[in-house]
This record gives sequence, C-alpha cells and structure tokens, in this order.
Amino acid sequence: MPDGKLCNKKTIDTLEQLHALLADKSGKQYYEEMNHLDVDDKALGAILQKTLKSRLKTWLGICSHCGLCAESCFYYLANDRDPTQVPSYKIQQTLGELIRRKGKVDNAFMQMCMDTAYSKCTCCTRCGVYCPFGIDTGIMFSYLRGLLFSQGFTPWEMKIGTGMHRIYRAQMDVTSDDWVETCGWMAEEYEEDWPGLKIPIDVENADIMYTVNAREPKHYPEDLAEAAILFHIAGENWTVPSEGWEETSLAMFAGDWAACKLQVESVYAAMERLKPKRMVVTECGHAYRATVIEGPYWAGIKTGQPPAPSIHYVEWVAEALRTGKLKIDPAKKIKEPVTYQDSCNYVRNAGLGDVAREIMSFIAEDFREMTPCREHNFCCGGGGGLNGIGRYRQQRNVGLKIKRDQILATGAKLVVSPCHNCWDAIRDMEEIYKIGIRWSFLKPLLLGMVEVPEHLKPIEQ
Amino acid sequence: MYEFVTGPLAWIAFLTFFFGLIARAVWYVKGLNWQLDRVAYRPHMRYGLKGAARSIFYWLFPYGTRSWRQNPMFTFLVFVFHIGLLLTPVFLLGHNILLKTKWGFSLPTLSETTADVLTIAVIVSALFLVLRRIALTEVRIITSAYDYLLVAIAVAPFVTGLLARYQVADYQFWLIVHILCGEIFLIAIPLTKLSHFVLFFMSRAQLGMDYGIKRGGMKGKGLAW
Repeated sequence: MPDGKLCNKKTIDTLEQLHALLADKSGKQYYEEMNHLDVDDKALGAILQKTLKSRLKTWLGICSHCGLCAESCFYYLANDRDPTQVPSYKIQQTLGELIRRKGKVDNAFMQMCMDTAYSKCTCCTRCGVYCPFGIDTGIMFSYLRGLLFSQGFTPWEMKIGTGMHRIYRAQMDVTSDDWVETCGWMAEEYEEDWPGLKIPIDVENADIMYTVNAREPKHYPEDLAEAAILFHIAGENWTVPSEGWEETSLAMFAGDWAACKLQVESVYAAMERLKPKRMVVTECGHAYRATVIEGPYWAGIKTGQPPAPSIHYVEWVAEALRTGKLKIDPAKKIKEPVTYQDSCNYVRNAGLGDVAREIMSFIAEDFREMTPCREHNFCCGGGGGLNGIGRYRQQRNVGLKIKRDQILATGAKLVVSPCHNCWDAIRDMEEIYKIGIRWSFLKPLLLGMVEVPEHLKPIEQ
Repeated sequence: MYEFVTGPLAWIAFLTFFFGLIARAVWYVKGLNWQLDRVAYRPHMRYGLKGAARSIFYWLFPYGTRSWRQNPMFTFLVFVFHIGLLLTPVFLLGHNILLKTKWGFSLPTLSETTADVLTIAVIVSALFLVLRRIALTEVRIITSAYDYLLVAIAVAPFVTGLLARYQVADYQFWLIVHILCGEIFLIAIPLTKLSHFVLFFMSRAQLGMDYGIKRGGMKGKGLAW
C-alpha cells in the first residue's frame, strides 16, 4: 500500500497537514497507517550511499563485541541487565543490519528500528565515553532516526514536532505575535514589583540576545519574567528577537535535518539582524545543543560556530555570580541537601560541568554530587524526545529508575535541573515513584536568594 | 614449501599488511566529512589535535580511563594480550636472526624466557577472553563465529610457535605451519576487523577531535576519559 493519509514520507509543511495530524488522537490512525507503509529501498540505499562515511562505517565495522558498552547504558541497567539492551547489540540489529541489506528491508524491520531508536536509546552518547574504540552509539542512533524519518517511520509526536518547526519555527504553535505579546504581558505583570522592568524586543547591538524554549511562552511564561528580572537585577543590556527566539529542535530528535536547518537559521538570522555581542540560551539542554553546538553544521557554517558567541544560561549565571552582577544573600542560600542534574546535551556535548559546580558553590550549603556525575552522568531517562512520545511511555518509565536511584543515593530532596527535558523527567519520576523530592530550574531559586540593589526595589507606598 | 612460505608468500603477507593498513588509514581520513560528522576539523585543528591526543593517550594506559577502571580483570587481560601480541613477534630472537640474515639488520631482542612468558600470556589471556565471551550474557549476545575466528587467527602463530620451539613433534612441519599462521595473521589485519590495529587510533582520534572541538574542548579542560 502506498503512503497513508497521515503516516507517509512527506514532511509537514502546511497548517492543514498539521491539524489533520493533531486531530488524530494519540496517533491511532497514524500508527495504523504505518503498518502498511512501503519502504522505498532505492531511496534508502541512495541516502546510505551519500551519507554513510568512514566514521560510522568504521564504528560498525571494528566493534570487537567486548560488551564494555553494556554497563554504560542506563537502559541496560534499568532493565535488569537485559542483554538485548546492550548498545552494541541494539545498533548492530538495526543500523548494522540495514546497511548489510543495503536498505532492502521491510515494514516490520523499519518499525523495529523505530521502536529501538526511540525507546531503547535517548542518544545520550554515554556509551561513546566507555568504548575503547570510541564508538558512539548515540550518534549512530541519531543517524538512524534520520533514515527512518526519510521513510515516514517516526513517532507521531515527533512528526508533529517537525511540522511545528517547519511552520512556526518553534516546537509549538507559538507565532511571533504570540511571543511578542507574551513578552509585553510578562513585563507588565511584574512591573509593579520591579520598577523599570522591561523585556526589550529587537534592540540592536545589545550585550545579550536571550532566546528560549517555546514551552516557556506557551506554558510557563513566568520563566520568561524570571529571566527578565534576573537580567534586570544584574544590570544587563539585553534583548529578545521578535523572530528567531526559539532554540529547541524536536527536528533534531526526529532526524528531520532539513527542518533542523530551517529552525537554526531563524535564530542565526536574528543574530545577523540584531548583532548582539552574545546570545544566552535558556535553561534547556537540547535547545542549546541544537542551536549552538550542532546548528552551525546544519546551516553549513564551516567554523562550526554560530554567528554570535553563544552561551548556555548556566554559563551566564556562573559568570554573573563570579563577577558580582548577581549577589547571593548568604542567609538565603539553600540549606538543605541539594543535588544537580547534568544534562547530557550540555555536559557531554558541550563540557558545561565546571560552571554548574561553580553555581552550586554560590547557592548551596550542602551540595551533593550524584554518582556518577559530570560527563559520566546518566541520562535523566527522558532525553532524545522520549518524554513526549506516548507510544514508549512504559519503557521511559522503567528507564527513570536509574536517575531515581542516583538521586535517592545523594540523600537530597531538592534537584536543581537547568534543562527542560530533565526537569520533566524528574517531575514524572516523582509522580510515578513518589520518592518525595522537589525539582527546580535555577531561575526561581536564584530569585529567592539574590540581593536586590536598593535602586531596583519597589517604592514603598 | 619452506622456500615458498618464507619467499613469495612472506612478501605477499608483508605487503598486504603494510599497504593494507596505509590504505585503511587513508580511506578513513578521506571519508571524514566536517558537515556530516558535524566536527569542524580544519578551522580548529589545534583543539582537535589536543583532543585526539588526549583521547588516544588515556586509553593506551591500563586503568587510564573510567571504563578500564570499572572492568579491572578485562582490562588486565586485554593489555596482557595486546602487549604480548605486539612485542613478541617483533623482538623475538629467532625472528631477528632471520631478519639479520635476510636484510642485514636486526632489532633489540627479548630473552628467550621473556618471549616464552609473553607467548604463554597471549595464549592464556586469549583463553580467558574467550571464556568471558561465553560466560557473560551481555558479551555472548553480541559475539559471532567471526569473533572466535579472529581470536584463533591471532593466537595461532603463538601456539604453533611454541610447538615449533619446543619441537614437540616434527620441527620442520610446525615451523612451516607457524610461518603460515603468521602470514595469515598479517594478511587478516588490514582485511578484517583486526584493522583496529590502525583504526583504533583513527577512531579514537576522531572522537577526541569531536570532544576537543565541538563538545566542550574549546571551553573547558577536556573530557575526563
């Protein structure tokens, strides 16, 4: 049977397509149609020919099947050491086999690949750190997701996500007007408490261009207000772009590389237009990775650098604390035991382990590291888009056990988590396993403990 | 037969080994693609080389990385196995006498006892590595007949070498078998996944460059392998 109405090889580029997908509750029809989707083996073979180069071929070719990757994988550990969860096994059964068959595979094989690539790997890239040959299975699964996407084998929510990026240049249906309006609304809402508070839009040559995750204007606008207040207290000369404000990339999780390019180019265009000295990305792991770390490559920038120097929010916070732009009231430091969740997307993919510790040294009296931590930290359990995929909820919930146990072992009841995905995963973990913990982004914590300069305090009536 | 295995066949084996490995390395580097790999190799070569050097260095030492430390027994076996595999044939007295008579030069040599110990160490560690493959479910599931064949190819010259040296039976026969096994080993290195002889370094260097250039190396002190 040819392509289905909802599940097919076409990308989502119109509102009509997008609404049809959204109307299909939980992707029922979508997944039903997927059962009949043909595999275009010629096209698949052609992509392999064009994109499978020496790095991946070597990884698949020289793996000596030593099994050291097994214990590096949180899925393997969370599933009682199920040998079918060994990274080497998972990739050889899927991408390895696909290549051996030169793309001549059937529907069932592709669905098995999709299920494996999404529900047995969050592309956390931890295994690459434990392989003597440096074989990074997470990168290979991301590549496999791209191949699957090209053939229409993508989880329903991911397909919607790519459509959102293609249509709105945001992972959710937030238009530029919505965004600008939210900025205005938030500034107004908090102006009384913070005289002079502004969310400056499209100011050229600012020191900082601040960009966000679309969830913030859509569901958590206070996050935007908190960012504004902290910039205000720190005395930063900052702005947000009216367009190109969204950093996330569900397209990256889905392997829709063309949409990845469209998305990051919208942010880069804002940089070119506003010429900020730097860009600061909100507390989101994959957003930072997509736009700052991987984005330049999608956009074809040979230096691998975005048009303006770009830092993650934790880098800005560490700098603001270090330079005294933000001062912590010692009496308001976190007194209880507190731990910190390193997001894979910026600890293993951008090396932001030290700045996080620097922040914790300023704000916490009893900071407790998870074991392992930093570059060796385990995925929260919800990375790689997994939090948002209904089809794999059960597998996701099992995977959360590793992070749960890591947190419990610290004895801390509060987890600082400057990443939307980790934050969600830890929230869901509490809902499922009820271990009595709280979790927080940095912004609300900082707001509760920064010293406010006299001239910024509201005038007493 | 002896003339054949030490003459034309030896030439074929050595040429396949050297040129095969060079071809592997060249093919690897030529196949790197900054945009597909998403690593800006050229513009940040200094950071890249630093990352590559770190990535190789730590892994070349037993217990030099977290992964090695977490698997102490395996690490011990792997290093004993590889050290024996590399040192014994190159510095063996018998091989160097042959080298001297054929090409007029020789390398420093190991004492016969050291060579024996290394040879036995290769055989014993290989045996334990094979047992590990069978015993551990996470290793067994990814092991294929090909993996056993490669261990056999690597260990055969050592077993036959010992048999020839101690002349347990017909010396001439075991000598020829030993030379043949050695030649099969040499030929197999570039043609099979034993090509990790060189591709270990290439692959480690690549991931090291990835970490050195893109994944934090330009900001911090580099990944703690």
